[in-house]
Amino acid sequence: MSLPPFQRLLDEHRADVYRFLVASVGRQAAEDCFQETFLSALRGYPKLRDASNLRGWLFTIATRKALDHWRAEGRRPVPVERVPEREALEAANGDPELWRAVRTLPPMQRAAVIHRYVLDLPYAEVAQALGISEEAARANTYEGRKRLRSMQEVGA
Amino acid sequence: MKLMQRGWDDGFEEASRRAAEATLATARARGLVDIGYTVVDSPIGRLLLASTRAGLVRLEYLDGDPDDTLEELAQTLSPRVLEDPRRTDPARRQLDAYFEGRVKTFRTALDWSLTHEGFSRRVLEATAAIPFGSVTTYRDVAKRAGSPRGARAAGNALHDNPLPIVVPCHRVVPSGGGVGKYGGQEWRKEFLLRLEGALHEAPPGT
Repeated sequence: MSLPPFQRLLDEHRADVYRFLVASVGRQAAEDCFQETFLSALRGYPKLRDASNLRGWLFTIATRKALDHWRAEGRRPVPVERVPEREALEAANGDPELWRAVRTLPPMQRAAVIHRYVLDLPYAEVAQALGISEEAARANTYEGRKRLRSMQEVGA
Repeated sequence: MKLMQRGWDDGFEEASRRAAEATLATARARGLVDIGYTVVDSPIGRLLLASTRAGLVRLEYLDGDPDDTLEELAQTLSPRVLEDPRRTDPARRQLDAYFEGRVKTFRTALDWSLTHEGFSRRVLEATAAIPFGSVTTYRDVAKRAGSPRGARAAGNALHDNPLPIVVPCHRVVPSGGGVGKYGGQEWRKEFLLRLEGALHEAPPGT
């Protein structure tokens, strides 16, 4: 087993990690989470045992940072004008209603939906990134989708 | 499910590059960059410079891309290898000055981690002491490294010099005449010796 120069990880995955974080926490917070993700990766890198899925490893860290951010956000009042979903919406360039709905999902469902549908990852990798089993990844994605659909029906 | 539309990727390459730069600055400040490298131009081609916190650890003539050398550094020293021109800047400035004829003695800090303690290391240290503008022989370097009959072994140690130019292995020539071999190709050795005024005869073919 040998670890490639860290620069290569950064070059190959930075755009996807950034995209994931913007989708998860909004543009404003994405930069901080990005830094925290790669600094934490860099800190642990020399001791990493398994180099077979470095991308998965990075996304695991990025997901943890996004979850931390959501939890911190949930504990602290956010000025209405600065709600992260608005920033993410502007960045996302997708269906704004759907994005708003995604933000209301519980953290694990939200993370699973973003991994599955924004990053287009197979369930095995969603599971790895979230640190849960593949069944749990499927279940969270399924639950998330179900909620989103019901919200859209209500909104329609 | 339609979360994304075309155009989603716009700006992410650039935004993530900026975020990566900010990350590098923080990583540097927190001492998380074990090896910083950069690629620079010189009159004898592109050079890869790599420095640890202790000093310049590797200088490589780049005839292709730096991937193999970076891989090697990651495996032998530390995988925390990041492109960091700031880290290699002291060495880069000295090299520029050397090629412009303004510097004759390198004062940049060196990290000897890539050379085994013992004979090889003593050969390179003896080589580092050969003054600008002069040359010596493999036999002499071997003698100064404590092994008068080790000319061939000295040649091997010089071939593996991880810090050419700065540790001037180009100043070691065969006792029989000619510039001799050079790991970085002989034309570079000739160029360096001529730059230093140590090569008086006209090069072949001129």
